[in-house]
Parts: sequence; C-alpha cells; structure tokens
Amino acid sequence: MQQAEKTMVENNWIDVGQVSDIPKLGARVVRTKDGDIAVFRTADDEVFALRDQCPHKGGPLSQGIVHGKRVACPLHDWKIHLDSGLAVAPDEGCAARFPVSVEDGRILLSLTPDEGCPNSNAPKV
Amino acid sequence: MKQRLVLIGNGMAGVRTLEELLKLAPDRYDITVFGAEPYGNYNRILLSPVLAGEKTIEQIMLNDEQWYVDNGITLHEGKQVTAIDRTKRIVRAADGTEEKYDRLILATGSMPFIIPIPGKDLPGVVAFRDIQDVDRMLAAASGKGHAVVIGGGLLGLEAANGLLKQGMRVSVVHLLDTLMEKQLDKPAAGLLKRSLEERGLNFLMGAQTEAILGKDKVEAVRFKDGLEIPADLVVMAVGIRPNAELAKQVGLHCERGVVVNDTMQTFDPRVYAVGECVQHRGDTYGLVAPLFEQAKVCANHLAELGYARYEGSVTSTKLKVTGIDLFSAGDFQGDDSTEEMVLQDPGRGVYKKVVVKDNRIQGAVMYGDTIDGSWYFQLMRDNTDISGFRDNLLFGQAHLGDSGHGDDNRVAAMADSAEICGCNGVCKGDIVKAISDKRLFTLDEVRAHTKASSSCGSCTGLVEALLAHTLGGEYSQTPSKKPLCPCTEHNHDELRTAIRAEGLKSVRAVMDHLNWKTEDGCPKCRPALNYYLLCQWPGEYKDDNQSRFINERVHANIQKDGTYSVIPRMWGGETTPKELMAIAQIAEKWNVPTVHVTGGQRIDLLGIKKEDLPGIWGDLSEAGFVSGHAYGKAIRTVKTCVGKTWCRFGTQDSTQMGIDLEKLTWGSWTPHKFKLAVSGCPRNCAEATIKDFGVVCVDSGYELHVGGNGGVKVRATDFLCHVKTEDEVKEYCAAFLQLYREEAHYLERTAPWVERVGLAYIKDRVVEDAENRAALAERFGLSQQFAQVDPWKARAEGLDAHEYSPLKRVG
Ligand SMILES: Cc1cc2nc3c(=O)[nH]c(=O)nc-3n(C[C@H](O)[C@H](O)[C@H](O)COP(=O)(O)OP(=O)(O)OC[C@H]3O[C@@H](n4cnc5c(N)ncnc54)[C@H](O)[C@@H]3O)c2cc1C
Ligand code: HEM
Ligand code: SF4
Ligand code: SF4
Ligand code: FES
Repeated sequence: MQQAEKTMVENNWIDVGQVSDIPKLGARVVRTKDGDIAVFRTADDEVFALRDQCPHKGGPLSQGIVHGKRVACPLHDWKIHLDSGLAVAPDEGCAARFPVSVEDGRILLSLTPDEGCPNSNAPKV
Repeated sequence: MKQRLVLIGNGMAGVRTLEELLKLAPDRYDITVFGAEPYGNYNRILLSPVLAGEKTIEQIMLNDEQWYVDNGITLHEGKQVTAIDRTKRIVRAADGTEEKYDRLILATGSMPFIIPIPGKDLPGVVAFRDIQDVDRMLAAASGKGHAVVIGGGLLGLEAANGLLKQGMRVSVVHLLDTLMEKQLDKPAAGLLKRSLEERGLNFLMGAQTEAILGKDKVEAVRFKDGLEIPADLVVMAVGIRPNAELAKQVGLHCERGVVVNDTMQTFDPRVYAVGECVQHRGDTYGLVAPLFEQAKVCANHLAELGYARYEGSVTSTKLKVTGIDLFSAGDFQGDDSTEEMVLQDPGRGVYKKVVVKDNRIQGAVMYGDTIDGSWYFQLMRDNTDISGFRDNLLFGQAHLGDSGHGDDNRVAAMADSAEICGCNGVCKGDIVKAISDKRLFTLDEVRAHTKASSSCGSCTGLVEALLAHTLGGEYSQTPSKKPLCPCTEHNHDELRTAIRAEGLKSVRAVMDHLNWKTEDGCPKCRPALNYYLLCQWPGEYKDDNQSRFINERVHANIQKDGTYSVIPRMWGGETTPKELMAIAQIAEKWNVPTVHVTGGQRIDLLGIKKEDLPGIWGDLSEAGFVSGHAYGKAIRTVKTCVGKTWCRFGTQDSTQMGIDLEKLTWGSWTPHKFKLAVSGCPRNCAEATIKDFGVVCVDSGYELHVGGNGGVKVRATDFLCHVKTEDEVKEYCAAFLQLYREEAHYLERTAPWVERVGLAYIKDRVVEDAENRAALAERFGLSQQFAQVDPWKARAEGLDAHEYSPLKRVG
C-alpha cells in the first residue's frame, strides 16, 4: 500500500469513485457496515455526503430529487440541506454529514461523520 | 392551399368573429378584411366617453394595425366594398381592389337614421356613429355655442352629455314626453331627466323637428309649432337602420337586415353575416352583447366545428353617462296580467321596478342603484321561480343570505353563474377564476384576460369589487392555480403554451427561456416540465431521469423501508397457470417476502431490494411479462370482469375489450395516474364507474364513462357517450386520453380536470367533433410508438445500471 493511501485509510478517508459516476442532480450510495451514505452531486458538480436516512422516518435520501443544494426525501417530501444535513424549516431534524473532497475528478469521502448532528447514528425508523 | 376568408366591415362584430375563429382554428384561413373607416378596429361603444373627453381614441382601439400583421391578416383600411361577384367569388372595393373568397363574412353594421327634412345635408348636421362624427362634433364644440341633439334615446343622451362636458350649451329634442322610452318607464325617465337637467342639459319634450335652417351651415332648428332655436351644431340621434345596402345590391335575401339562419349563414351558404346588419328570426340588434354571441356562433361554423347555434338574445341596457346608474331589461312596462314591485327612495335618488308574472320576472328598470341588475336579468333569463324570496327581491341579492353592506358583500353573494359583463357575457365565476388562476391584480389585467368591463365599461364597479373580494383574505382559501411553484411566475397552461409555441425542448431550455428564479427548479416543477416536454415532443424529447420521482426513475414503487415492489402487467386482469407458475418460481428464487393481489387485479411482489430489481425484471421479462407501471403517473391497469364468455349476465366480451384497451394504452405517461375498467354488463362488477375511463358493456354496444376515481374523495364517472363497436371504444379511449394528456395540469387527475373544463367541453372535443377525435387518437398513436418500450427489459439488459448498484461497498 502506498504511503498516501495508507494515511487516508487511517483517517478513515476513502476514494469512492469519480464525480462522473453520479448523475448531475442525482446521488448514489456508499454501502458501509454502519449503514448507507448518500453521495450527492449538484448541477455545478459540487459533491456532498449525508447519512442515507431522512430525519423524519428514515427515508433513503439518496433516492430523492436533488435541486439546488437540497434534496427532497422520496417518502414524505421533507427537504434536507445538502451542505448542513439540516431539514429545511419548518421541519426539524438533521442527517449526519460526512466530509467529502474532490481531487482531479475523484471523490474522497471520510467515513467519520461530522459532529453536531445528535441523531446521526441513531436514526428513528 | 388554405381557404380564403374575406370580412367586409372592420367593426366590432366582424373582428370579434375573427378573434373567436383564431382561437378555434388559427391556421384554417387566409384572412382579408375590408373596412370603410381608415382605422383598425375600435370600441364604438366608447365613442361616448371620447366625446366627453374621458378617453382618447388610442384608449378605445381594440385591435390596432399591428394586430392584423401579427395574425397574418390583410387589412384594406379605408376601402369600401362596392361589389361582390358571387359566382366568381370576388369582392371589389371602390378603388378597384379585388379579393377572392371561399367564405365571406358581412359585418357592415348599421347606418344612422337621418330624418328626411329640409336642411339635413347642411354642414354642421352630424350623426353619432363613428370617429369621424366625433371629430366633427369636437371641432364644432371648440367654438362652444349651442348644440341641438335630436333624439332623447341612449345615443342622443350620451352625445348631449359629451357635448355638455366639452363646454357647449346643449338642448335635447325628443318627440315623446319620456326619455329613452324604449328602455325606461315614466318614473325612471323622470329621475333621469331631473338629474340630467341638474347637470345643465335643456330638454324640449314632445317637440317635432320640421326643418334645419341655415345658408352655408347650420344656424337654427325649427319645430312644427313654429318655435325656432339657434344652433351651431345639430346631432341626429334618432335611431339606426341595418346597413344591408351591399347585400341587397348583390341579391342576398334581405328584409330589414340581411336575413340569416341559426348558424349565421345568409341565403348564400358561402356568405355569413354578423352584427347590426343582420336580421335573425325577425329581430335586429343594436347592442354588442347579442352581436358577440353571433360572432361566437359564426366562428364555430367557420372553424367547421359546426355545433353552435344562435337562438336569439334577450338584451339589457345600461346608460354610460358617468355618475348615472341606469339599467333596464325585458318587459318593464307590464300589463294587466303582470304585477309590479316598486321601490322608490327619492332621497337617495333610487328607483327600482321589477315586473313579475306568475312569480317569474318579466323585466326590470332600475335607476340610481343598479347593482342587482345582472341578478334580475339572470333570474329573468333563467325563468326562475322567485316565490321563495319574493319579499326580499327588491332589496337585492345580498339580502337573501346574511345581511351585508357594500359592493364587496354584494358580489360575494352573487352566484358564480351570475353575469357581470353583459356585453361580453362574462360571469362572476369566469372572472374570479381568471383572477385567481392567472393571478390578476388590476382592472386592466381582468379586461385583457376575460374581456369583462372591456366594452361599455358599466360593469367596472362590479369587476373592481370582485377583484377586491377575490384577492382579499377570504378567497385565498380556495385553491387558486397560482404559478406552478415558487420557481416561476408562470402557471401550468402558460408553460405548456410556451413549450409548444417557442419550441422549447428541454427542462433547461424552459427554465432559461422563462427566467426561472431558481438554479435548477424544485421537485414540483421539474417533474411537471419533464412531463409537458415528453407529451409535447414524442420521440424527440429525451426523458430527464433526474427530474422524475424516484418511482418513475427506477420503475418500481419505493416502500417505507426503502425496498421496492414489482407488479408485472397482467393484461385485462387475466392470467394463465403458466404465468402463475412463472411468478411463483421467480418469487421463490428472489425470496420475495410478500405476494399480494392488488385492487387492480395484478400480483404484487413486495420487499425487493433495489439491487435485485434488474435481476428479477430479467426473469419476469423472460417469462413474457412487462412492467405494469404501478409506480407511475401513467396508464395503470385495465380491470375487467369475466363478461359474456362466462357470466350469465354478460353482454359483451369485456375481458377481451379490456385486454385490447390495455394493449393500446400501456406505457403512456399521463399527468396523473390513469386507470381503466371494463364491466360486462351494468351490474358493473369491474367498478368501471370509478375509473378514469370506464366501459360498461350493454346489449347494444358500450357505454363510455370518464372522470371517476376511488381514493380519498370518491367520484363517480360522468357518462360520455354510447358507442357500438370495439373499434369505436378504442378510438374514443385514445382520444379522451390524449386530450387529458395534452390539456390537464400535471398531477391533476381526470376527475378534477373534467370538473374544471366541464364535461360539455370534453364532449365537444371527443364526441361531437369526429375530425378532432380522429386527430387526437392519431396523436396518441404516434406518441405510443415511442412509449411502448418495456422499461424493465431495457434495465435488465443494463440501462441506467448506476441506479441499481452502490457507488462503492466498504467493509
Ligand atoms: C356612440 C355609440 C354608443 C354605443 N353604446 C353602446 C352601449 O353602451 N352598449 C352597447 O351594447 N352598444 C352600444 N352601441 C352600439 C354598438 O357600438 C354596436 O352595436 C356595434 O358597434 C355594432 O357592431 P357591428 O360590427 O355590427 O357594426 P360596426 O361596429 O358599426 O362596424 C361596421 C363597420 O363596417 C364598415 N362598413 C360598412 N359597410 C362597408 C363596406 N361596404 N365596405 C367596407 N366596410 C364597410 C363600417 O365603416 C364600420 O366600420 C353604441 C354605438 C354608438 C355609435
Ligand atoms: C348488482 C348486482 C350484481 C350482480 C348480480 C353481480 C353478479 C356477479 C356475478 C354473477 C359474478 C361472477 C362472475 C364469475 O363467475 O366469475 C360477479 C363477479 C364479481 N362481482 Fe359482481 N355482481 C353485482 C354487483 C357487484 C358490485 C356492485 C361489485 C363491486 C363493487 C361487484 C364485484 C364483483 C367482482 C370483483 C367480481 C369478480 C369479477 C372478476 O374478477 O371476474 N359485483 N358478479
Ligand atoms: S359486470 Fe355483469 S357481466 Fe361482468 S361479472 Fe358482473 S354481472 Fe357478470
Ligand atoms: S391505502 Fe394507504 S396504506 Fe394502503 S397501499 Fe394505499 S396508501 Fe398505502
Ligand atoms: S422519511 Fe423523509 S420525509 Fe418522511
């Protein structure tokens, strides 16, 4: 294993694929043993990652319609901010956010969620 | 080649006919218009306010020259037609201009009646009919002086009022002792006279004009009794005569006017006539409301729709003198067999009289307070029995319910069908709907969209009250079809029109062209646009996956746990042991946790993981199944009963009919889900009368029903029509479906759509108009060529693979 890759793994960062693997205004899933992570791509190729569980009743956010920097949950149409994971008011709740970065068209994802989203690991189902 | 349509007479009735025609059949004719007056089409009614200095000519133009250009109409302005060759079908104008026609419309209006007395041709004697007359009056008025208006009817009083406002001294001469005797009874006429006198008009009643005196121009008017009064201007406003000269000259049958039948055709079937020049069932008309009705009928026949009939009109009158409210309609004089109900309040200057016979209104006259005029008029035309509210009749409609005050409450109390604008026949409901659907805020917008208040203007107060009322808090509860979503200003219909008219072919193009307010729309507008584009450009538009809801994007129904259901099509609800065995095997192979029989006679495999979808579809596809589209705004199922093959009551082979319909329609995307059913007899075991399109077999053929649904708000279908053959069922089904696809709003089911546009409209388009039905069915067929591709097979073979596999698996 190359040194750089090794550091990444230690920090729980992984290369999950190319930006172009995700449709514009779409999302795909990274399957982990701790649950699915939804990776979103906006119209201008920004990439965001959230726990694939809607704060409402656990709907798979990866299956929703992406618009601007939001996704609409496919189950009951809550809107979630992609950049913060927070539900768009008046709804309340949040989906845990995972750090991502894009280098040379490749998506690097950290499997350690950001702090600050209380329910991040305990979604209501 | 297009047919040629020539209109003679560029006035209100003729041009309205063209407008109606362009709405119905914009491309059917090459249109040419001859107008003796050197202008576009203007609102003749508003010459009175122009004369009074309240409006300018520009403000009363209805169709300026640009309008003719925009609509590809050739306008010969200032050219009077003097000859028509009906054999060669050529019209010729005084200056030699010739045009050929396939169809001709005569709309030459009427001529002012000039009393044949000495001096009638002197300069300074004018009629009141067109812009030129107004110009002459205004020129005369600039020298102030004294005007004599002969005729105390509607026209004469409006002229007198205008000239007075222009600073002239004005005397009105009337042969009888009651003003406007055709429209008013004595008390109302008396109130009117008093109020006009207060404004400064002078009246000579019961005076018969004998001669107009003067050398080179008008100097005085002399009466039978010898009285002479000086005059600088004489306005003849004693009446009008239908202008049928040209028609008579070319041998068309005329009596007082050009005689037409109920389709507005003259005795020469290529020649139509509308407007004041017309005589229909013995009557001639001198007000725009009936003429506009004629225009509608005439256009309907020119567009070859062929179903409208003009059956004559009941008219009502309002006087357009600012500050004077006056209304009359019907038989307001009454006789021995009628009763009169009168309300008089001299203090407020209010007078109302309603003439009643056998508890039905025969006529009404009102002065001072006319707000209930349109209500009485409606009760009269509908021949409504008023015994239930007789006591309150004179107090007006607002008094029927809770007591209320002010215009606002009164308009609130009016029924949706109450006519607000008599000229253009616009009802309260139309206006309210336009205000809320089109988001109108000003009087001008309402005029532009509904034409209400755009002719004589006397309903302006009511329209304004309606605006206030509709925009006010109370009304906002009713769902108004505002913009499609906050991303845009436009509503559904506008978007569809723009997509069609501007040739917009992608979601991006629509957003760019129509200035979307958000970067890439929202979950409301994107699926709607995707559907509209798909419907408009079959075969050409490339479906935008990312603008589809998840179910349609992945061709399966998402369940609450994120798994999916798979429902294969089972044509007409019929299956075979072989198919059932295949389903059983596939369900076992993929460990399907639940197998369910649906309400639509299909078998549902539930709990499928997304990754397994292409695999299970591949197996189903191999066994001969295609997608059932149970997940889409699309054709769902055709439910059937066993029909006459087995059932002792069956009248037709309902199962086969259902299978045929499903084969015809499957795969089509629709504004909302669309379900069908066929029952083999009126016992209706397949519940066809709560479907979007339901067929009930009967001995003599098939009854077609539309616009039903189960769901939260159950609605039974409306009966569309009866047909005899299976081919007809299919054609009507395709046509109805296509009309729905083309005209309903996205996410509007057939039930609310039918209620919104009206069953009559749907019948017009689908049942009565065979040509249109065939065209709709053909367009449906065309779009089906591209739609009937099994999405499951394609995906089993690898299409959209990214949808069904994770980006990456870790750990
Ligand atoms: C001052 C005034 C006030 C009115 N107020 C009201 C009112 O308040 N409410 C109401 O309902 N109605 C009112 N009317 C009546 C209303 O204007 C008419 O009923 C209506 O304009 C008639 O329409 P039309 O198309 O039949 O005729 P017009 O509008 O008169 O059009 C006929 C046109 O044909 C042209 N023409 C005639 N012969 C030829 C030919 N041979 N070749 C070429 N062109 C030709 C004429 O020049 C004219 O322009 C009013 C009329 C006037 C004059
Ligand atoms: C009005 C009197 C009715 C009569 C006499 C009647 C009679 C019948 C008969 C004889 C069948 C048997 C067909 C077969 O042998 O398969 C049948 C089937 C059925 N009926 Fe009725 N029915 C009536 C009303 C209804 C109504 C009101 C409904 C539902 C709203 C209904 C729903 C059904 C259904 C679902 C079937 C099975 C049809 C199939 O799948 O083939 N029936 N009915
Ligand atoms: S609808 Fe009529 S034909 Fe069909 S199953 Fe019911 S009774 Fe029989
Ligand atoms: S009736 Fe309600 S619970 Fe049953 S399938 Fe329909 S939406 Fe779901
Ligand atoms: S689970 Fe997402 S909106 Fe209900």
